[in-house]
Amino acid sequence: MNPLSLLERLGRAVLTLLAVTGRMALFAAQAFMHIFRPPYYPREFANALMNIGWLSLPVVGLTAIFTGGALALQIYSGGARFNAEAVVPQIVAIGMVRELGPVLVGLMIAARVTSSIAAEIATMKVTEQIDALVTLSTHPMKYLVAPRVLAAFITLPMLVAVGDIIGIGGGYVVAVQNLGFNAAAYLQNTVDFLESRDIVSSLVKGAVFGVIAALMGCYYGMQSGRGAQGVGSATKDSVEVAAILILAANFVLTGVFFSI
Amino acid sequence: MIRMENVKKAFGSKEVLRGMTLHVPKGTSMVIIGGSGTGKSVALKCILGLIQPDSGAILVDGKDAAKGDRDAFLARFGMLFQGGALFDSLPVWQNVAFRLLRGSLKRPQSEARDIAVEKLRRVGLKPDVADLFPAELSGGMQKRVGLARAIAAEPEIIFFDEPTTGLDPIMAGVINDLIREIVVEMGATAMTITHDMTSVRAIADNVAMLHDGVIKWTGPVAGMDDSGDPYLDQFIHGRAEGPIEAVR
Repeated sequence: MNPLSLLERLGRAVLTLLAVTGRMALFAAQAFMHIFRPPYYPREFANALMNIGWLSLPVVGLTAIFTGGALALQIYSGGARFNAEAVVPQIVAIGMVRELGPVLVGLMIAARVTSSIAAEIATMKVTEQIDALVTLSTHPMKYLVAPRVLAAFITLPMLVAVGDIIGIGGGYVVAVQNLGFNAAAYLQNTVDFLESRDIVSSLVKGAVFGVIAALMGCYYGMQSGRGAQGVGSATKDSVEVAAILILAANFVLTGVFFSI
Repeated sequence: MIRMENVKKAFGSKEVLRGMTLHVPKGTSMVIIGGSGTGKSVALKCILGLIQPDSGAILVDGKDAAKGDRDAFLARFGMLFQGGALFDSLPVWQNVAFRLLRGSLKRPQSEARDIAVEKLRRVGLKPDVADLFPAELSGGMQKRVGLARAIAAEPEIIFFDEPTTGLDPIMAGVINDLIREIVVEMGATAMTITHDMTSVRAIADNVAMLHDGVIKWTGPVAGMDDSGDPYLDQFIHGRAEGPIEAVR
């Protein structure tokens, strides 16, 4: 391949990436601005709280309980190689609260909520419902985006807290039922080992991941192309980008909270 | 009332409007006809500010449509979209009363519901439709609900985008009659875009033929058949041969 052509392609890809990043940043800034400026849509906000928070509880709970249980088994069998089976409660707690709880909840929300927001808004765009909103003197950013972003910002830390507790519970059940741990000692070890910094980092990660998940769903929905293919692409892209941004943000936040 | 002066709009290299000039007097019904992809919908969306024109002027009552209080400007308009554009997540009555439940025209919920039911009745739908969701309605019923929503706040100007597309001839006739009755009874200024010549004759006071991004002919509906304009003649008679290329 001609090296100039390769360079041209690379340059075009970089420019596209910068343009998309810029558009996303502007979109996010507008979304935050509309959260604070009236008019407010409390009914839309309540619906978003219900859809993003309450209705995500089953999937978050099931993900956390199985992950916590598997984590306990892995730590027990791995720890047995150097006589460290007793650290199961501590490592399950730290693993769930610092990393697995927020990341898995974030990814499950990206799969469940980002996709549904993107598909809904993209369908509204394709069927001219967004244009209809504008002609009815209603700003789509205020009516569709701001309530969802705010609801995700509020509910994700709660979902992460629930996920952390259920995940630790999953590890507890496996450890006590299958691995012969003493129930009271397991709980005492868990409580003693966790620091407030672990819990704060978990909740902050949840809030950041919630904003990312909702923003990406709204952004790709609003940018959707025409027809069924446009809706499909918007949905796929929103989940991919949300998942990658959540993992990248997790890395950065872990560095901020735990790099000593 | 509505004046478009040399309005141009391109999407990338595709020039859709190439200098559209049109005047719609207050209280009249203007129908814009033209083939698919000639920019009819773009023209309506430019007036509403859904699309920004590249150049030219759009004046409503002599004032620039792009300037001033946007909410007050949009409150003067009602629009019936081609596919209805009803909000799937809301029941029919909340769709109709959407503008009356929020913003500057907000009023108590019970009053908004009463108005919605009255507007539904005006377009020939029974009160029990009010609590259904749009997905539970037929295409014709969705159009009527869209029409009820367009007139709910008693706008001065109403736009109809392909009001009879996808309907059977009888339902199309019902919608045409409703549009005509409502526009006359409200004294509103109406702009309709359509390919349906039956609609044109039922709805229009004046007709404008849009082709290749410019208005080729405009005049009263009575003068349409003996206009002598080759573009209009070909279009209204549905001929494959003429100045308008069949393959576009």
